[in-house]
Amino acid sequence: MAKKLMKGNEAIGEAAIQAGCRNYFAYPITPQSEVAEYLSRRMPEVLGNFVQAESELGAANMVFGAAATGELVFTTSSSPGISLMAEAISYIAGAQLPAVFVNIVRGGPGLGGILPAQSDYFQATKGGGHGDYRLLVLAPATVQEAVDLMMLSFQLANKYRNPVMILGDGMIGQMMEPVEFDPPPPMHGLPPKDTWATTGAKGRKRNIAHSLFLDPEALENNNHVLAAKYEQWQKDEIRYATYNLDNNPKLLVVAYGTMARICSTAIDELKQQGVEVGLFRPISLYPFPSAAICECARKIGKVISIEMSMGQMVEDVQAAVGHDIHVDFFGRAGGIVPSPDEVVQALKARLQA
Amino acid sequence: MTTLFARPESMSERITHYCPGCTHGVIHRLVGEAIDELGIADRSVGIAPVGCSVLIYNYYNIDFQEAPHGRAPALATGAKRARPDLIVFTYQGDGDLASIGTNEIIHAANRGEKITTVFVNNAIYGMTGGQMAPTSMPGQVTTTSPRGRDPALAGFPMRMCEMLSTLRTPAYIVRGSVHTPQLAVQTKQAIRRAFELQMEKRCFTFVEVLSTCPTNWGMTPTKSLRWLQDNMLPYYPLGVFKDPDQQERGDGQVPTPWRDSDAK
Repeated sequence: MAKKLMKGNEAIGEAAIQAGCRNYFAYPITPQSEVAEYLSRRMPEVLGNFVQAESELGAANMVFGAAATGELVFTTSSSPGISLMAEAISYIAGAQLPAVFVNIVRGGPGLGGILPAQSDYFQATKGGGHGDYRLLVLAPATVQEAVDLMMLSFQLANKYRNPVMILGDGMIGQMMEPVEFDPPPPMHGLPPKDTWATTGAKGRKRNIAHSLFLDPEALENNNHVLAAKYEQWQKDEIRYATYNLDNNPKLLVVAYGTMARICSTAIDELKQQGVEVGLFRPISLYPFPSAAICECARKIGKVISIEMSMGQMVEDVQAAVGHDIHVDFFGRAGGIVPSPDEVVQALKARLQA
Repeated sequence: MTTLFARPESMSERITHYCPGCTHGVIHRLVGEAIDELGIADRSVGIAPVGCSVLIYNYYNIDFQEAPHGRAPALATGAKRARPDLIVFTYQGDGDLASIGTNEIIHAANRGEKITTVFVNNAIYGMTGGQMAPTSMPGQVTTTSPRGRDPALAGFPMRMCEMLSTLRTPAYIVRGSVHTPQLAVQTKQAIRRAFELQMEKRCFTFVEVLSTCPTNWGMTPTKSLRWLQDNMLPYYPLGVFKDPDQQERGDGQVPTPWRDSDAK
């Protein structure tokens, strides 16, 4: 397919359609309302469902109901909306259903602001809702990558019967870039649905989509089943990219999403000044590429985590490299996106420290 | 030998966990009978609430989804939109539907979702141990209204049929009761008609059923039936509030009384 210039939010909506998803339930919130606007036009064209829900609670629970029938389904929101969706996300994870949630992050806490941020890292990777569960969290750095990860997310959600979250920032949603829609990853070879999807108990035992286990041993057993999936992710679903690691860098930057792009520009600038800095960009934020980060950090010796937050991923980077190497941090918050120059200064300061 | 009475086929051979004298069991049976009569068990999906009837799925041989508290109409919306060929119904109590889930039920009704809601109103929170519900009666003593519900502080009981009937969107909205055999039969007909309207993809369908809670009301089962008749009926009138076929019936606030033709 030819390249097309598209806004991130619209490209995310189109990617879901190209992946075969025909169910989208959402509630408007800046900076991602264009997904709903786009799909309110586009879904009827492919005989799909678009419902503007009464709230994010409603939207996420509509996702729950549709997911429990075994149909592909997704929703999009931004930070305060994701907080409301956390209820359904916990239930969907507990009931082991496939669904895709997109968070186009804006600054917080509270109502916060409407500008790009990465301050929902904890919420996405450490839970967000109640109970022992995990999301598979993928963080795109370009609109093209948002498209590719969207398509992949439906496959992963169905493979593991677990919610997948795409964690973008307002920049990914609002930016226009050329994108190409490759054929989506195959959905065949995935676990059969007739053992769990609620589609009417015709010629089979009834299926119950539930997360209630009043018997503590049954609940613990469900916890073990979930934990086994998360364990599997550590083996099979780690994703990351690196930049300029082969030129004997003196410093390792760990950054994801939009922030990683800005860091790579800063790294190019420093290279011209004769300073080599390497970049490690986690794409899967959960499972976190701890072992790969550790290996790079141990070779280079100096590490800094750069984020559009007050410092969240830095805790995972520190845990990954071990406590004999101090992981430095630089970040801007509130919706402020640091300029490459600002990052260059931060990196120089760290190199001189 | 002719079988005069048997367990509906759509129901499982499980003894329910409900307290003695609770009318959930009767209402479950009415739903099961209606599903059997329409032959829709193998394409039905129920949505369980949170509350006493959270384990409703143990008592049927049909597929179920278990919703977060109050969100059953949202799950039903998602399931029905994704699979319009399914018959989707929610079964919800008054804490679930009239308190934490008011937003979801109002908007599902207003969108005209082609689903069926069975709303069991027993004027109290049963599962959590007898707290005041939005539908508790003025003066009713509960564990969180020990001096009786005071409308000056807690407002008046919410009448969900009346509230939903104010919506412009066509719907089938009925209030029944099961405290007499005759009313139980009429209520079954209403539940059946609700499912039929859904099968015809006509409108949102809502059947409220007045119910007892002897345990948390602190009464014997027989006294509970009388208490319902004496205290709830005057405030929660029975009948048809809205019907897509009969626009003249009901102004949405005062129901049209049951007619013989309703229970044929």
